Amino acid sequence: MSSTMSPASTNSLNSKRWHSMRHILERAGPFCKADFAPSPDNLEFLQNTCKILVIGAGGLGCELLKDLALMGFGDIHVIDMDTIELSNLNRQFLFRRNDIGSSKAECAANFINKRIPTCHVTPHCAKIQDFDESFYQQFHIIVCGLDSIVARRWINGMLISSLRYNEEDGSVDPSSITPMIDGGTEGFKGNARVILPGLTACIECTLDLFPPQVNYPLCTIANTPRLPEHCIEYVKIIQWDKENPFNCSLDGDDPQHIAWVYERALERATQYNITGVTYRLVQGVIKHIIPAVASTNAVIAAACATEVFKLATSCYDSMCNYMNFNDIDGIYTYTYAAEKSENCLACSNIPQVVNIEDPNTTTLEDLIKILCENPRFQMKQPGITTVIDGKNKTLYMSTVKSIEERTRANLTQSLGELGLKDGQQINVADQTSPNTIVLQLKYNGNEVEMD
Amino acid sequence: MSSPAPKSPEQSDKNKKYDRQIRLWGEHGQNVLEGAKICLINANGIGCETLKSLVLPGIGVFTIVDGSVVTEEDLGVNFFLDSSSLGQSKAAACMMLLQELNPDVNGDCVEESVDYLLVNRPSFFDDFDVVVASNLNEESLLRLSNCLWEANVPLLYCRSLGFFGSIRLQIKEHCVIETHPDNPQFDLRLEQPFPSLKKHFESTQITNKVPWLLVLNKYLDQWRQENNGKIPSNYREKLQLKEMIRKGITNDEENFEEAMKAVNTAFGGGHITSSLKAIFEDDACNNLNKQSKSFWIMAKALKDFVVQENNGMLPLPGILPDMTADTESYINLQNIYRHQAMQDADSVYRRTQTILKELGLSPDTIDEKTVRLFCKEAAHLTVIRGSKISDEYERNNRFLNEVDIELQGTLTEHYVALRAYERFLTECGNIPGDCYVENDTARLKTVAYKMLADLGATQATLSDDMVHEICHYGGAEVHTISAFLGGIAAQEAIKIITSQFKPVDNTFIYNGITSETTTLKL
Ligand SMILES: [Zn+2]
Repeated sequence: MSSTMSPASTNSLNSKRWHSMRHILERAGPFCKADFAPSPDNLEFLQNTCKILVIGAGGLGCELLKDLALMGFGDIHVIDMDTIELSNLNRQFLFRRNDIGSSKAECAANFINKRIPTCHVTPHCAKIQDFDESFYQQFHIIVCGLDSIVARRWINGMLISSLRYNEEDGSVDPSSITPMIDGGTEGFKGNARVILPGLTACIECTLDLFPPQVNYPLCTIANTPRLPEHCIEYVKIIQWDKENPFNCSLDGDDPQHIAWVYERALERATQYNITGVTYRLVQGVIKHIIPAVASTNAVIAAACATEVFKLATSCYDSMCNYMNFNDIDGIYTYTYAAEKSENCLACSNIPQVVNIEDPNTTTLEDLIKILCENPRFQMKQPGITTVIDGKNKTLYMSTVKSIEERTRANLTQSLGELGLKDGQQINVADQTSPNTIVLQLKYNGNEVEMD
Repeated sequence: MSSPAPKSPEQSDKNKKYDRQIRLWGEHGQNVLEGAKICLINANGIGCETLKSLVLPGIGVFTIVDGSVVTEEDLGVNFFLDSSSLGQSKAAACMMLLQELNPDVNGDCVEESVDYLLVNRPSFFDDFDVVVASNLNEESLLRLSNCLWEANVPLLYCRSLGFFGSIRLQIKEHCVIETHPDNPQFDLRLEQPFPSLKKHFESTQITNKVPWLLVLNKYLDQWRQENNGKIPSNYREKLQLKEMIRKGITNDEENFEEAMKAVNTAFGGGHITSSLKAIFEDDACNNLNKQSKSFWIMAKALKDFVVQENNGMLPLPGILPDMTADTESYINLQNIYRHQAMQDADSVYRRTQTILKELGLSPDTIDEKTVRLFCKEAAHLTVIRGSKISDEYERNNRFLNEVDIELQGTLTEHYVALRAYERFLTECGNIPGDCYVENDTARLKTVAYKMLADLGATQATLSDDMVHEICHYGGAEVHTISAFLGGIAAQEAIKIITSQFKPVDNTFIYNGITSETTTLKL
């Protein structure tokens, strides 16, 4: 990527535009961090040296770019693979109707670069998975404004895999830490958090904070529907494939598809005397739409950007370390120290244990189910390999068709039949992490007490 | 492939654009929002950030009042200015760049200061639904507060200085029907089943296919027989009831499991809450006249229904939570609740009509749909009676109780410090710390001391650190602090406009250093 930016000259650092920022950055205050050194160098660092990555150019991302640019940051990169849609315009304020269909990252970058000449934003219309460790390591701080939990977990794993540990005492080498500020919103609720990978609670440490996805039992959907959602799911899961109305898979963005689902769901609801199937509900269920409003995105992004500024300048201590926000009933916030988990899959730096009741009745499929459904793991499509008798063996992998076919028979075999021993290490690859995760099987007969 | 005849409702362009927020406040909320008129006083960072989160969701009209011209300093905190606007009217420049966000919204501007308008055109503000103002000096704030209180126009007053800020809502009376509570209490009437429900209970066989409500009712009956007819109210009694249900399980019945879980939450709905009691006792409810708001007319009808007709119980909301069951038995039960809710609402509607007639008002002043909604939300109805900002400055006001304590180290101290800053602006005529931090720190300390004494405080003082912190900001507006507060202020304005959700009552304080917040009722 070639960005043609020239470092801010002394002249522009003296611009009156920075009047407010210079009061903050060049004066000592009684509440400042002990190691804060008030100096013009602080602004110079923000403008010319400090490099920030913003992941996501959506509701939070647009706000973050504006906030960081006005706070004095001069070199920001933004990643987003999405294009702009009409329903983004109620909050993603860097986009206009003419921009629909264009890259979010590019539009957002262009807007900021034009409006705030002291900041240069470099867009990347790409997936986070398209970049490797060396890309992520060029940034001082990474800010996430994502709506995907999987993507958050992936970037979290990336930053943890870049950590270097002190060989003597196993402590984290501070110079290998890239802080991650993470924001999330849903309707009038949101959260902002500061993660120092290896030192403070990471995304995986607190995986249980993410609510499990609502899944209706298939038998309810098929046989005993009670809610409008059951009727919609029926059309989506069963009727669409059966009738194949458009000779393609269901596309939530195709109004004809949504209309078809709406009409069938309405028929099914009428048949069962169920009320409440609306077009909006159908869209919501099919596309997993999360309500969103400008104000919450503004609040959470601002809280995140404040933390980026504090970390970059050391002017004040970082928030410790997780803030919840909700303004349905008055204005409520709660900030607390989320705790680092010793059993964290990502940052504990020791292989984690999977407890297996009985290796002779637990099949490989059961193990995969544990990896997907246990709140600690919440994986999506884990692929499992191991070493048996010194040889690598792929136990199951669903993401590559030929391997899936070759390993499918293993699913119904018990762990014992597969030759997996108590204490055996398995390597698990999943989209929730950029790295293979090593897990240790522990059979219940000789379970070791864990403290 | 021929697709079936299109029966789906055509989605309007606005419907699509605003879809994500209509899911929160409904199309009726969106319609109200699109008619709203907002006034912004002072086009600084926090003001324009507030307006941004109002223009995006599509308010009707906004008017910016600001008599100043754009300087380079403004470009550093306000996103809705650029170098081409230097030297021009700030009100006009910000209006242009804010309006550009959303072509559905109309912008207007007045290139005068608020002080000028208050003196020369005091009725200027009368037609707005909400006025948002920020960073005034004390004198202007008090004048504005009095003017808007008289005109009965809600005022959101925001402060943003350095890493501190506050939002104060001044509103006389605010009535909310749809509060959208996060975890509403079920109202199932198991304790006193209404006749059709009772009949249903008596005529339905308990199987593993019926909703847990029927299972719970069966064992509740049994428990009550053994306990003089009372309802399990404490932990021990609820545990007993759960045990009873557990013993009835023969084959992992899901509905029995659900009934056990529901023991904790299924009882207690339908009673008059303390906030509803206050509404029933309110003068506005009991002394209706032709000018009374629909809310109060319905509140009176509701009260009469509850007291005279329904043994002190609220009208049934008619909402059944989801329960594992076969379709027919769930839908039957749901219909029983819905029918009773409809009957109760009809009765309240008839009472509403009688009152309208007595008041000499047209029967279509209040429609059936609104009364149904009112009844459904009865348990959560909310009325906020606010106070005037300028009253906070009177000696021995309620504010004193909040202040005259161990003030130092509390968020209230931040609020007092922000107010002292405003008094400094009026009394000294410059921004504390803009040029000389040490000098101004001493003067600000004196101003704060005198301000607290004027209120009647006997022990409260600001800490030296707090005074110093305020002065070292030198009037700096920090964009992210303003953006945080602006987002919140915008949502408060939306709550006021749509009469949905509960607004802050009435003062929100923010410390961006620690990310602590609190709410005070001043
Ligand atoms: Zn962790």
